[in-house]
Amino acid sequence: MEATSKPTVARQPLWYRVVYDKETRSVAIQVLTLALLFAFFFYIVRNAVINLETIGKGYSFKFLWEASNYDINQHLIDYDSRSPHWRATIVGIMNTLLVAITGVIVATIVGFVMGVLRLSHNWLINKVVYVYIEYVRNVPVLLHILMVHGVIVNTLPRPKNAISLEDTFFLTNRGFYTPKPLFEPAMWAVFIAFVIGIGFTIWFRHYAKKVQDATGKIYPVFWISLGAIIVVPILVYFVVGSPMTFEMAELTGFNFKGGMVLRPEYLALTLALALYTAAFIAEIVRAGIQAISHGQTEAAYALGIKPSRTMSLVIIPQALRVIIPPLSSQYLNLTKNSSLAIAIGYMDIVATIGGISLNQTGREMECMTIVLALYLAFSLMISAFMNWYNKKMKLVER
Amino acid sequence: MKLFKTLAVSAAVALASTSGAATAGTLEDVKARGELNCIVTTGVAGFAAPNDAGRWEGFDVDFCRATAAAVLGDANKVKFVPTTGKTRFTALNAGEGDILYRNTTITMSRDADLKLTFLGVNYYDGQGFMVPKALGVTSAKQLDGASVCIQTGTTTELNLADYFRANNMSYEPVTIETNEEGQVNYLAGRCDVYTTDASGLASTRGSFDNPNAHIILPEIISKEPLGPAVRQGDDAWADTTRWVLNVLIEAEELGITSGNVKQHASKAGNNPSINRIAGTEGSYGEMIGLDKQWAVRAISAVGNYGEIFERNIGVNTPLGLARGLNAQWTDGGILYAAPAR
Repeated sequence: MEATSKPTVARQPLWYRVVYDKETRSVAIQVLTLALLFAFFFYIVRNAVINLETIGKGYSFKFLWEASNYDINQHLIDYDSRSPHWRATIVGIMNTLLVAITGVIVATIVGFVMGVLRLSHNWLINKVVYVYIEYVRNVPVLLHILMVHGVIVNTLPRPKNAISLEDTFFLTNRGFYTPKPLFEPAMWAVFIAFVIGIGFTIWFRHYAKKVQDATGKIYPVFWISLGAIIVVPILVYFVVGSPMTFEMAELTGFNFKGGMVLRPEYLALTLALALYTAAFIAEIVRAGIQAISHGQTEAAYALGIKPSRTMSLVIIPQALRVIIPPLSSQYLNLTKNSSLAIAIGYMDIVATIGGISLNQTGREMECMTIVLALYLAFSLMISAFMNWYNKKMKLVER
Repeated sequence: MKLFKTLAVSAAVALASTSGAATAGTLEDVKARGELNCIVTTGVAGFAAPNDAGRWEGFDVDFCRATAAAVLGDANKVKFVPTTGKTRFTALNAGEGDILYRNTTITMSRDADLKLTFLGVNYYDGQGFMVPKALGVTSAKQLDGASVCIQTGTTTELNLADYFRANNMSYEPVTIETNEEGQVNYLAGRCDVYTTDASGLASTRGSFDNPNAHIILPEIISKEPLGPAVRQGDDAWADTTRWVLNVLIEAEELGITSGNVKQHASKAGNNPSINRIAGTEGSYGEMIGLDKQWAVRAISAVGNYGEIFERNIGVNTPLGLARGLNAQWTDGGILYAAPAR
């Protein structure tokens, strides 16, 4: 095709085409840019390798199998100072994921509620939410984290004067202590009932939809699902004889022992990140709802659909299409901002492998490579999930 | 046009990094720059901290100034590079500083694996514990189950893990990035115990509103010989800086002070050891790339080791540290500098 449309240019030598033909020139420039870019990165990496070699440091990940020699206060898996560095890394990864996941859940819930309230016709609610959003969005997240941590540590009582609720829950400036459930073998029956409940709910939703499409009959899907997932397992729990006991937190010496604890570092980081991100999500939700023309609501009402169903069946599905893409970038932000954990001493990836391990072994390049790769992996996974969800919610054209 | 600009800029960056990669000796670099980049802490009162006027002061700072006086002839030609426990070695190895004076413990792995060259010891220290008096704790052995604030990136977190493990005690480590934040968390009661080198504890305690409400427990759980370091591989620069440190210690032993050093330098006396330091005998400065007056300048700028100690951290300062191990070997301490001869 090209040869026929530009016969004169095609016959010219290459250098002539690079200078005078627009298409060839543009390809040539792109190739050149790419080559320079590669050369530049190659140069930087090579320089780093040579510099490391001159001071006698190789590039090796062997240190990961040596004992870490340091302790971490919050570890979701077994860990002590004899454990190797790779295990410290896993502890860090789990701590990061814990903050990211709980933070995303809290941020989403608070953000959606705020976003809807922001549209309220009640002047007071509207303005309070407005002030909250503007304040939170315009202060750096690091300050929020430091402030929440400062408030928890400075205002809550020390363990000796803990605020206690029925001697079961304790609130101190060292954390929030709750009883820890200990499972007995018969507990598996409850878990199985729970899994079956979820399976039943998935099937039942399909079935109910099919029935509704065919006959117009509407089942109370929500209540039946709730019963299958929650009520039945609870009944099973009592039938097999309550196979669960609780380990209580108890004040012994300096601290509470036993039970489960949410440490102030975890609480501060999660709360600060979630409330900060929630303010952005609220604006996204508001924009999403406002993007749906009021005519849609009126049309639904005209067809005799109830207001609650109008919201859940007409407005929300359309608003979600506007909300989801910017929402994913907020989730990514929250996950990446969790690396500010180091400021208050929460032991995430940056504080473990990218902090103490790095410092004690002197392996900057290796540790930073691991940290970068991990954050990249998290972000790509979140993106992949949100893209999938976005595709699922997209307007299906028929 | 825009593309060409981008290309030109990347070429320039590439060239700039090439010239950065080729390094002459650090001594020549410092002389050419006319300024010594000295890596210090972000603020440990008495050791290195800016005063009300923003001027850096302290024990480690004075050694930096002495080095600048010896090399550049002016104790004020120092740029202080504040670092955390975590960033200090990277800062040194990346060339952000020429020398590290930052309460740094000499250890085998730092020397060999982190590729540092340690120059000697300027303070013999050990890790201790500080607790509020109200807790009623009198020994570190009673700390089972306590929450302990530690500064990250230091040898202290390793010693702490070892100590509690060896004594079969449990603890909750609260890992803090800087000394200041450690103090805040300790005072707020986030932890029962603050641990770091005993000198650092004295410094921290001295800066509290009510120092008497806190005690330092008698146990010292580690050896912490603190000393300056330079990058490995530049022996000439290591020699220069090592002998500035040695000569300040030896000056005290020989009774050379900031008050009398000029007098010693003006004419040779009877004591050849003093003459060598005062530059009236031999040419010792030239051996380390400097001139004859190098030591005279260093001593007249900040005084000898004893003067530096007493001015910044001695018994008459808020830190109130006794000389202890850091007394001269002739006074019952272990400070024993190799002779400048």
